[in-house]
Amino acid sequence: MADSGSEDIAVIGNTDLTPLESENNLKNTMVEKGTSLLKKMEISVAEAEKRTGKNAVNMQETYTVYLIETRPVDAASEGTNPVLDSLWKRYSEFELLRNYLLVTYPFAVVPPLPEKRAEFVWHKLSADNMDPDFVERRRVGLENFLLRVASHPVLSSDKIFYLFLTEENGWKETVFETGFQAKADSRLKALNATFRVKNPDKRFAEMKHYGDELQSVISQLLRVRARAADRLYGVYKVHGNYGRVFSEWSAIEKEMGDGLQSAGHHMDAYAASVDDILEEEEHYADQLKEYLFYADALRTVCRKHELTQYELEMAVQDLTSKKQQREELATGTIRTFSLKGMTSKLFGQETPEQREAKLKMLETQIEEGEEQVKERNAECDEFVKSAWVDIERFKEQKDHDLRESLISYAIMQISMCKKGIQVWNNAKECFNKM
Amino acid sequence: MSAGTPRSLASSGQKSIQDICHPLSAEESALSRIPDVLNPGSAGERDLILPNGTPVDTSSPASSSSLLNRLQLDDDLDGETRDEQKYNITTEFDLPEYSVRRRYQDFDWLRNKLEESQPTHLIPTTRTEFDLPEYSVRRRYQDFDWLRNKLEESQPTHLIPPLPEKFVMKGVVDRFSEEFVETRRKALDKFLKRVADHPVLSFNEHFNAFLSAKDLNKRQGLALLTKMGESVKYVTGGYKVRARPVEFAAMGDYLDLFTQKLGTIDRIAQRIIKEQSEFLMELREYGPVYSSWSSFEEDLHDPLEGVSGCVSNCSSALEELTEDMSEDFLPVLREYVLYIESMKNVLKKRDQVQAEYETKLEAVVFREDKKTPVPSDVEKCQDRVECFNADLKADWDRWENNKRQDFRQLLTGMSNKNILYYEKCLAAWESLIPLLQDKQEAKGETN
Repeated sequence: MADSGSEDIAVIGNTDLTPLESENNLKNTMVEKGTSLLKKMEISVAEAEKRTGKNAVNMQETYTVYLIETRPVDAASEGTNPVLDSLWKRYSEFELLRNYLLVTYPFAVVPPLPEKRAEFVWHKLSADNMDPDFVERRRVGLENFLLRVASHPVLSSDKIFYLFLTEENGWKETVFETGFQAKADSRLKALNATFRVKNPDKRFAEMKHYGDELQSVISQLLRVRARAADRLYGVYKVHGNYGRVFSEWSAIEKEMGDGLQSAGHHMDAYAASVDDILEEEEHYADQLKEYLFYADALRTVCRKHELTQYELEMAVQDLTSKKQQREELATGTIRTFSLKGMTSKLFGQETPEQREAKLKMLETQIEEGEEQVKERNAECDEFVKSAWVDIERFKEQKDHDLRESLISYAIMQISMCKKGIQVWNNAKECFNKM
Repeated sequence: MSAGTPRSLASSGQKSIQDICHPLSAEESALSRIPDVLNPGSAGERDLILPNGTPVDTSSPASSSSLLNRLQLDDDLDGETRDEQKYNITTEFDLPEYSVRRRYQDFDWLRNKLEESQPTHLIPTTRTEFDLPEYSVRRRYQDFDWLRNKLEESQPTHLIPPLPEKFVMKGVVDRFSEEFVETRRKALDKFLKRVADHPVLSFNEHFNAFLSAKDLNKRQGLALLTKMGESVKYVTGGYKVRARPVEFAAMGDYLDLFTQKLGTIDRIAQRIIKEQSEFLMELREYGPVYSSWSSFEEDLHDPLEGVSGCVSNCSSALEELTEDMSEDFLPVLREYVLYIESMKNVLKKRDQVQAEYETKLEAVVFREDKKTPVPSDVEKCQDRVECFNADLKADWDRWENNKRQDFRQLLTGMSNKNILYYEKCLAAWESLIPLLQDKQEAKGETN
């Protein structure tokens, strides 16, 4: 079916779409949304390689590096040989980039990295980080990550990100020089805020709850799917035994032999077909996993809101108490308990000069406090505004992407059914000739 | 109309049809005891008794083509009045055919008689294309068992089809469950059809009694059974078994290997069913997760529900597949294993008969100097051996043919079940695609 004219890329009608093609559709969606960065350059993580070297504690280690290739869009469309920038980066460098982005743009739902270790594996899949299938899927995930950042309206214009794509050596130092690590909120601080905040924006509270539920349901889905994959593997593989026994049986038969023998071959083919089927399903699992991790990024934004809100509330509280103190001092009534107040009651009032000094100090503090409240209020407002914009953007992206994933999953199932029908029809033909 | 005790048919083996008493023949005084034979007029049918009354020997084994038992109802061609209207009951076999004349009230009598019995397994007899009422008797498993034993006793040279297993482990299988009863019923049905198919066994008096008698008189030997010929018991054991002739040895070897292969196939099929059941269990957990996800999504609510529904449909289809395989596939395999067992026994019996003959022959040859003619009992032994071998060979050929058809049917059946399963799943997923894509277009339009 033709493009309906919207920006949405629709995978309609073509039920023979392979997962590779549907991944390309996803990429095309991001490119079409068109950040200025993506309009200029094509990004890909083309290869993965094993390296060995000495690590920080001078021990030999083996690690994988990924080749990031960028090329200018214009050159490619002109048909001339595109200038290819390519550099190798390790997974840990990707992590560093992401952490930088998290700290620098706390209002953004930062795209997640592919998992560090293989989880939710079904038994045939290896959980080994060095396993070539795992490395390959990681490569795809890393490319996806870069494309997501590059298509983000805010993140795509980040300088450090650009340098990541274009500078191999020295990038790490550049990142550290930004001093972003100092700006990171401590976990404890964040947790504290979550418990103590009084008036968080309702929408953020709901979003956080949604993030929790999403994470929980996708985890469950992935777990059950992995178990089901295991079982399906067993079903198909046991059919391979038919191949062998039909072959043996055909040897003692006269007229029935040929039909049995060829049917046996089809049973073998059936058993072998499950490998491809399950590999395709892994793509689907990876797409779900991306949103599993996205759920966490979403919650991070909500927690940041709680933090800024909490700090605003603290500042307001502080200001209020200071104002109260001033009032008491000015009017001589003690409404709030203070040690100074008690001691002065016991040991006599302070001198007018002392009071003056105190009042003056309070005034300054109140002024500062008001500034702080203003600042934090502004911070909070701005955060809420930009975060909510990004959350809305994320919601649309999520709905679109997951729908695409479900479509491609359905297509996979259709393909599997068609293959099954064909194999059994073939076998039936052979049986009929028995 | 008074009911007499229906009498069982004697075996038609070596007797002319005129000596056979039809169960109903005693009822109508108007009818002679010998059933009238009438040519129903269809071309090409061979009468058992030629129009001039010459009997035809029906004891030779039929050809290996399959036999069908049909009751045909023709209007009497003699143009008798309505009241006297007699119907020809023609039983067609591939070769022989006999017919008797009966009035409507005879059918009525028969039907009433049969409905009075109290058993458990319904044996519908064949329907006519016209208005003959179906009649049926009820039998229990042990009646089938009785029949089979009687067949084995009376036709020891023939391969008797097997029954489904007699003993079922209590606590493991629910003997009164629908599935078990249904599976058994199918196997018993097959057993009866195979006997009816057989040119010799189908004439067996016990078989006919089984099909028609009100009460199977199991304890007493049937009166006509005491006639010699069919009831000769072969001596088993006590003779040194010699080497089997090549052709029978080949049969034995084949049976051994075949049993092995069947056993393997049985195990594979069972394993597949097990794996499928476990897969089914996971699917039943998998589908609902999509449902619970949909409960807190807005835009994605319908797609997720759709997926959940699809998975659920596939689960049902898979359940049907495994049930079908359990009920239809495995029992047939097991039946054949039993069949083969009984065939091996027949081969052994054949060996015994041959051994008896050879031993007796040797003893005679030993005394050759006495110049006595070959004693009759040695001759009889020789006859027995030759009869046995002939019967067995013919039955073997028939069995091979049936086996080929049976397994062709079984395996194409298995293929069909799997194809059906995938077709159901395919339909479910294909119907989901437009649902998933629909919203997108709608969204696109509202943009």
